[in-house]
Amino acid sequence: MIDLTIIWAAIIAFAVAAYVVMDGFDLGIGILFPTFRVGGERDRAMNSIAPVWDGNETWLVLGGGGLMAAFPLAYAIVLPALYAPLIAMLLGLVFRGVAFEFRWRDPGHRRFWDIAFCGGSVVATFAQGITLGALLQGIHVEGRAYGGGWWDWLTPFTLLTGVSLMSGYALLGAGWLIWKTDGPTQAHARKHARMLTIALVGAIVAVSTATPFLDASYYQRWFGWPGVLAAAQMPLLVAIAAFILWRSIDLGRDWLPFAMTLILFGLSMAGLAISIWPDVIPGRVSIWDAAAPERSQVFMLIGAGLLVPVILAYTAWAYWVFRGKVDETGYH
Amino acid sequence: MNVKLGRGAEFQYSTGRLLLAGGASGPAPLLNPRKTAMLDALLLARIQFAFTVSFHFIFPAFSIGLASYLMVLEALWLKTGNGVYANLYRYWLKIFALAFGMGVVSGIVMSYQFGTNWSVFSDKAGPVIGPLMAYEVLTAFFLEAGFLGVMLFGINKVGLRLHFVATCMVALGTFISAFWILSVNSWMQTPTGFEIGANGQFLPGPSWWAIVFNPSFPYRLVHTVIAAYLTTAFVVGAVGAWHLLKDKTNPGARKMFSMAMWMAAIVAPIQIFAGDLHGLNTLEHQPAKVMAMEGHYDSHPEGAPLILFGIPNSAEKRVDYALEIPKASSLILKHDLNAPLAGLDTIPEDQHPPVGVVFWSFRIMVALGFAMLGLGLWSLAARYRKRFYDWPLLHRAAIAMGPSGFVAVIAGWVTTEVGRQPFTVYGLLRTAESAAPLEAPAVAASLVAFIVVYFAVFGAGTFYILKLMAKPPQPHETADPSGGKPIRAAGITPAVAVEGRAS
Ligand code: HDD
Ligand code: HEM
Ligand code: HEM
Repeated sequence: MIDLTIIWAAIIAFAVAAYVVMDGFDLGIGILFPTFRVGGERDRAMNSIAPVWDGNETWLVLGGGGLMAAFPLAYAIVLPALYAPLIAMLLGLVFRGVAFEFRWRDPGHRRFWDIAFCGGSVVATFAQGITLGALLQGIHVEGRAYGGGWWDWLTPFTLLTGVSLMSGYALLGAGWLIWKTDGPTQAHARKHARMLTIALVGAIVAVSTATPFLDASYYQRWFGWPGVLAAAQMPLLVAIAAFILWRSIDLGRDWLPFAMTLILFGLSMAGLAISIWPDVIPGRVSIWDAAAPERSQVFMLIGAGLLVPVILAYTAWAYWVFRGKVDETGYH
Repeated sequence: MNVKLGRGAEFQYSTGRLLLAGGASGPAPLLNPRKTAMLDALLLARIQFAFTVSFHFIFPAFSIGLASYLMVLEALWLKTGNGVYANLYRYWLKIFALAFGMGVVSGIVMSYQFGTNWSVFSDKAGPVIGPLMAYEVLTAFFLEAGFLGVMLFGINKVGLRLHFVATCMVALGTFISAFWILSVNSWMQTPTGFEIGANGQFLPGPSWWAIVFNPSFPYRLVHTVIAAYLTTAFVVGAVGAWHLLKDKTNPGARKMFSMAMWMAAIVAPIQIFAGDLHGLNTLEHQPAKVMAMEGHYDSHPEGAPLILFGIPNSAEKRVDYALEIPKASSLILKHDLNAPLAGLDTIPEDQHPPVGVVFWSFRIMVALGFAMLGLGLWSLAARYRKRFYDWPLLHRAAIAMGPSGFVAVIAGWVTTEVGRQPFTVYGLLRTAESAAPLEAPAVAASLVAFIVVYFAVFGAGTFYILKLMAKPPQPHETADPSGGKPIRAAGITPAVAVEGRAS
């Protein structure tokens, strides 16, 4: 018998991962935005993501909506627990999303909408990082509901994960710009990428060191058997990827830094999976506790099985249409 | 690592037993201390939901219609090669990009609010409505978002035909989106096809068909999609009329005014008919809502009057200063002057919706529906008398009616949603038992943040839209799109040029 709950956990994990890397580079460009020169550099950075950001953000809706459909109990516990950061994220996404259009419609206030674009991206990213940290550090569950207060999410660890995610998204953004632009914008992005690589590796080390001490079960998973096998490989893999990334910033092909950053993200997410599997709310609610009934799972699986490949196909096509370097006047 | 589901069931569900269909309700269930402290949080959460969803719906109401309008314009352009259509396409595309962007960001807020503010509802109804919303993401949101980039920026890259396909896909996406979300909402109004699980969850029954096509869904879908078309038609008509007043020879303004007024004349009567059918359906499934809409506190065994206006007085259970047409309500609802109609006196008091709001919002919607019909008929008369482009009073009236669709749509939803109270899942799950365990200050803070941000951001967006509308459609917008000129639409205004102009 195939376990549909595991399949659904994989689908949700895929949606979240797709969101993180795809909107990650949009948000990263937002974070770096003020460092680009007003005029050509900013316009190029913006134009490189204008045709695709909406599709990227839709993975967030699939992650959230999918969680409600496939694991309603988890959705019902996690969202109130993270009320403040999630509302902040939503409002951040409002500012960042409208800025794409508004900055062109109102040249007189373009600076303001540029600030909104950056501020929205920073707030949304930081809030997502906090969400991740809060999930890892544990959520107080009472019965079928959240049982804690409305500031429980705020701890040094969640601030650390918030900052870490910012460095990660910013690096994705820099890698994307190295790939999609040339001239001064690209040179600028390379400079950022170097600093951000150091920051991200530092962040990965810090979060990985802190996590096993948050909860005995994490410690057990990483340093007990067979987790220790993975634990031993992870630092090595991260080091290799970071090294290639570092070298590729100046030497390699233009797409390589972005690709290596993706690999770093992949490794981090694999590490995360090792820490929490098979729970949705670590230590409290497993995927089976939270799962929707089989009828819901089957009904959605038919749709997801047919539609996700189609979605990936036309999304790839949309990226393909806008391939190549962008210039100031947009795609030509 | 097991959640203590047993204890959970006790904690959550002892507060309110489910009112199973037909079951006697008894006195309102006692609230436990924690819930009592949350009553303010509940009210705030309701206000927040109503505020954010009303704002959200303003944009889809416009962009569902506008996407289809753009599709028609591009089709006509491809077919006839007439530059006016290309011109209008460009003109409205810029506006569409703004409205759509605001719809997207306000929609994402909605999809998370079910969890942040209505978590108990999400836990209980998630297995039934969650999959419908997941289908909405998979079939509609990705489709819109995937093709939007090509629609806005890709015309020189993919050629005219593929570009037309992209426009069609975006329009289709907006329709599919309405399909699923209205199915969800209709299921909450007229729930069918479910079972109740041991832990109080609504579980899907054997047939998803029975869930998706619940009794009120077909009516609601038709009525709402037509509403979106009418909303757009009146906006387009107002913009056309505005520019006709200044220059009645502008070909773009003439074309759009004419297209919009055909829509008004043909679709407004259909909408009134659809609304009537919708009301009959509601009478069957949610009689208390219709009683509130009609202001019928008392039962009328021998034909009920139609109360045109009056002031519902819920304390005394009567409508003060009522202006009534005897027996007309029975005629409309039962097609028989003397048919008996039950009133709110037959419904337990703790299941009454708020009458005043429902009564008034319903009248606003209906009045606007007839005003729309009136303008449509007037436009026909003007065409007949060959004064269509040359009748300033008609044009002024069309401008005045420009925002009417938005008002009617919001009034309609207020009727629907407030009329469903005090339930979120009609007859089964009370609103008071749906809310998340949040503290009032948290919700108060978020509500204030939403109000400030929405008015500032969407106010600015509305201002930009009005600014675009204030410019007449210009011939240069018809520049051959395949001629290699950069597209001026939406965001891709050549930066150099704008920068040059700005400095
Ligand atoms: C998918 C479901 C759904 C959809 C499409 C809508 N609503 Fe709704 N609405 C709800 C689901 C819901 C809800 C979650 O069930 C609420 C929250 C609390 C409640 O009473 O029901 C609600 C409440 C609610 C209230 C408060 C009622 C009261 O407190 O008495 C108002 C005024 C509206 N809504 C208005 C709207 C408008 C203007 C909509 C147009 C887009 C709309 N709703 C669509
Ligand atoms: C509580 C109810 C609602 C929720 C949770 C919701 C959710 C969403 C979300 C998440 C988006 C953004 C999609 C994207 O990323 O591209 C969106 C946009 C949209 N929604 Fe809603 N929505 C609700 C109500 C409605 C209603 C009632 C309609 C129409 C009848 C509607 C029609 C649309 C359309 C057409 C869009 C595309 C953007 C636009 O046209 O402006 N929504 N909605
Ligand atoms: C005189 C004509 C009209 C009648 C008789 C009518 C009737 C109704 C009724 C009975 C409802 C409540 C449905 C329920 O109980 O759930 C409703 C809701 C609604 N109305 Fe109308 N309506 C009319 C005109 C309009 C117009 C002109 C618009 C907008 C352009 C509009 C937009 C809506 C919307 C968006 C809803 C909420 C969605 C729904 O439940 O259908 N209506 N209408």
